[in-house]
Amino acid sequence: MGTAASFRFFGPELALGAALLLVIFVDLATAGRGRRSEWPATIALGAAAATVVLSVGFPLFGWAGLGETLRPTWLFDRMLVLDQFAIFFKVLLGLSLLAVVTMSIASREIAESPNQGEYYTVLLGSTLGMFLMASAANLLMAYLALEFVSLSSYVLTGFLRHNRRSSEAALKYLIYGGVASGAMIYGMSWVYGLTGSMDYGQIAAALAKAPAENRLALFTGLVLVLAGFGYKVAVVPFHMWAPDVYTGAPLPITTFLAVASKAAGFAMLLRFFNFGVGTNGPSAAMSGLPLVQLMAAISALTMLVGNLAAISQTNVKRLLAYSSIAHAGYALMGVAVFAEQGVAAVLLYLAVYYVMNLGAFWVTLLVVNTTGREDLDAFRGLAWRGGAPVAVTLAIFLFSLAGLPPFAGFIGKLYVFAAGIKGQLYWLVVWGALNSVVSLYYYARIVKLMFLDQPGPQDGPVHFPNAEVGAVAVLSALTLYFGVRFEWLYQAAVAASRLLRG
Amino acid sequence: MIETYVLTWMTFLPLAGAVVITCLPGRAHQAIRWTGVAATTPSLLLSVWLLRHFDPANTAPQFVHRFAWIRSYNIEYFLGVDGISVTMVVLTALLSFLCMFASFGIEKALKGYFALFLLLETGMMGTFLALDFFLFYVFWELMLLPMYFLIGIWGGPRREYAAIKFFLYTLLGSVLMLVALLYLYFTPDPHSFDMTKLGALVADKISIRVQVLLWVALFIGFAIKIPAFPFHTWLPDAHVEAPTAISVILAGVLLKMGTYGILRINYGVLPAATLAPLWDNGPAVAFVLLAALGTWNIIYGAFCAMAQRDLKKLVAYSSISHMGYVMLGMAAFTPQGINGAVLQMFNHGTITAMLFLLVGVIYDRAHHRDIEGFGGLASIMPLYTGVTGFAFFAAMGIPGLSAFISEVLVLLGSWRVHPELTVVAASAVVLTAAYMLWALQRMYLGAPNPKYANTGWEINGRELFTLAPLAVLVLLLGIYPMLILDLQSPALLALNEKVTATVQQATHLASMAGGQ
Repeated sequence: MGTAASFRFFGPELALGAALLLVIFVDLATAGRGRRSEWPATIALGAAAATVVLSVGFPLFGWAGLGETLRPTWLFDRMLVLDQFAIFFKVLLGLSLLAVVTMSIASREIAESPNQGEYYTVLLGSTLGMFLMASAANLLMAYLALEFVSLSSYVLTGFLRHNRRSSEAALKYLIYGGVASGAMIYGMSWVYGLTGSMDYGQIAAALAKAPAENRLALFTGLVLVLAGFGYKVAVVPFHMWAPDVYTGAPLPITTFLAVASKAAGFAMLLRFFNFGVGTNGPSAAMSGLPLVQLMAAISALTMLVGNLAAISQTNVKRLLAYSSIAHAGYALMGVAVFAEQGVAAVLLYLAVYYVMNLGAFWVTLLVVNTTGREDLDAFRGLAWRGGAPVAVTLAIFLFSLAGLPPFAGFIGKLYVFAAGIKGQLYWLVVWGALNSVVSLYYYARIVKLMFLDQPGPQDGPVHFPNAEVGAVAVLSALTLYFGVRFEWLYQAAVAASRLLRG
Repeated sequence: MIETYVLTWMTFLPLAGAVVITCLPGRAHQAIRWTGVAATTPSLLLSVWLLRHFDPANTAPQFVHRFAWIRSYNIEYFLGVDGISVTMVVLTALLSFLCMFASFGIEKALKGYFALFLLLETGMMGTFLALDFFLFYVFWELMLLPMYFLIGIWGGPRREYAAIKFFLYTLLGSVLMLVALLYLYFTPDPHSFDMTKLGALVADKISIRVQVLLWVALFIGFAIKIPAFPFHTWLPDAHVEAPTAISVILAGVLLKMGTYGILRINYGVLPAATLAPLWDNGPAVAFVLLAALGTWNIIYGAFCAMAQRDLKKLVAYSSISHMGYVMLGMAAFTPQGINGAVLQMFNHGTITAMLFLLVGVIYDRAHHRDIEGFGGLASIMPLYTGVTGFAFFAAMGIPGLSAFISEVLVLLGSWRVHPELTVVAASAVVLTAAYMLWALQRMYLGAPNPKYANTGWEINGRELFTLAPLAVLVLLLGIYPMLILDLQSPALLALNEKVTATVQQATHLASMAGGQ
């Protein structure tokens, strides 16, 4: 489909772009020196809601003339593709944006800053980049979208200009990001050179009949590409930036990186490896090369490193950072299977991960806002000093992250493990299962602090705003709901997992 | 009507009670306590109804409540009760009810305690009643959370350590179970979690070597719960720190889930692996992991119990020892062996509940449990001493009391199959008597400790009320064990038959192969 015709299918992105421009304009018009404006936050909130509605609108109401049997549609001369897979991620990313904007409004770090306009401009821009990542089906487009997201993420991470940790984190992020994207584009040039195309569809076709002597070169190219994607989703050994960045960034941005950025990275990873490289197992051109084993090994290492490192953390943001590294490892298990049910499992995993991780970060935000502390001791005796409802919701999120039934996290793990068993990666499934036992240790440590420990003399009573307690209560109810009624979510993931094949 | 829903009511009414309790004001202590009692009563009454209407001759699941839960994955909500689980359900309902009264002494965060306790009862009931493997797993894990908090918040000084140790150990076992569960699920086509059919569906599709692997993975999950050596180290810690009622539930109900799971899943779903060699030309799986390990548990638990100074730890180790008889009995595949094993599960449930309740009585008064720190309690608390003596004698397996019957049945059943092990296990009765009598002598006989001489302690009415039904059961089943045996025997014999038939089949096939 040509450029002009494609705009009809570009609703959510256009909404984001328009809101972005509007924020800049309004900010210029209203902001005086040192005066804070409420407008950017309001516009961003509206844009986020509109984006979700527009994204959901496609599958539910057949908007834009796609009809009910949503056929995959190529946009902008095969740069982007609109399929159920893209829509699944757009809804997820739109919801992430909505949550992050809400959190930003509630966050002291952000709301008290005078640079409201800049913050929301960059946030909206970053989300727009993620939308493009989810639908990119061309190496060039993928690279541009990834860089778009990366650059805006560096800015967001360093948003607290006067905070040394924030600036340090932004710099680290930038340097790691530069190296990773350099490696990635180098790898892409190999793939392009060997297949003669940047288009995923044509890459897939070229790989199917690639001569055997090119296999090793292709493999090298793919590994380099994987490095770039792996950096975005923070898997070992490309994870080093994550703990520092998660700790240094303002909490809403930490959430944004942990939830949205990771999801977008997985969208890209899945689309490239499970469509471009091979739909049912790596393409024949890869036979004899350990692509599956490499993915599986990265997955295994990621779980191990994330979980082991999380055990000894004392800063809650850092702990959640390592936990999110470990979760990328579980999700990667589904990628390594190279099959549709693996893709579906990853999608389901990301959806439940969104709910429970968002909840955990939100409660952290509440505690940080109230106590001004980010260390684990801020949670000591939380249940006994007036924070019992919030403590209960956090316990639900943490047990869900650990993968205990009847919470959503168990369902996510179940489907990923099921995909692993079906893909005959038995050792990896056992490994993942054992790792979730390890993870319980540090999740339960927070629960222990909140419930089992008595508050010390320095831990005063806490009071949380009702609206935000309500928000986390809704998220915890969702965590429970998806743990018991997950069929429709799984069906949506299955429908989305067919990638371009209709 | 009631036939269809009775099991669902039994499972979820406690949960409804928990919801009610969370809505009560935290200061309404009496209201919370009696809501707890009220929430456990229906399950108890329904379990009595169940006993009256249960048809022992029918070995198929009864009172089935079944509907599709997750259609696309063929996961069902499938509850049913048969001869293997019926006694366990009754035991769960009874102990939960009695423990409500035993929990009246709890002062701290009452609301949370009773709500979690009721949630725990839902988990326990569901575990014994679920016949869908997935549902079973959900209920199995559901028990972990309340148990963690109940030990961790309301426990003794080292409660945090004990709670997390319990949590991690049990989760380690259950994730292995999860992997095995998924493997079994994906084997037949269409995939199935139905425990009643899964065995037949997978029998020809999985090689015996893999079946043995799955058997062992499941076994580790269950062995941690029993707890079998070397996975037992969480138990003494958990018991010492847990509040009285939680110890009762832990020893009375939760430990049985280990052996129940082996019967239901290892035997029921993987019968061929049960008597297959553990390694090439090696001894049978059940012989090594159940019979031999069980015997080792009996001896090891008894010796450990003898070395304890803490009365509760002594009782905890005695549980390890007594659960060994269950393992030994169920590995014999004789009618007496398996009947004795499941009867022992029930009897140990009642007797050990009494023991823990009695430990709680003295701990509430003296605030310590050091065996050496008492002496001559008989002259201070004669009634308490009498009841304790009764429970100790029951635990020793004195004829006329219930454990005697089950232990003798186990030994009789296993004598024909494993005579060497039986000799060892039987001689451990002396060890049991030794540590029990020695503890009895040090605590209750002799000159009264002057520290407690004039305290005027005695067991109170509420405590007697919790002990009396258990004592009656112990006596009754000691005289007339057929009450339980009649209920369980047909189903257990059918299970025995299922497992042993695979051996005949295997030898038949082998001889045919040899003949050609």
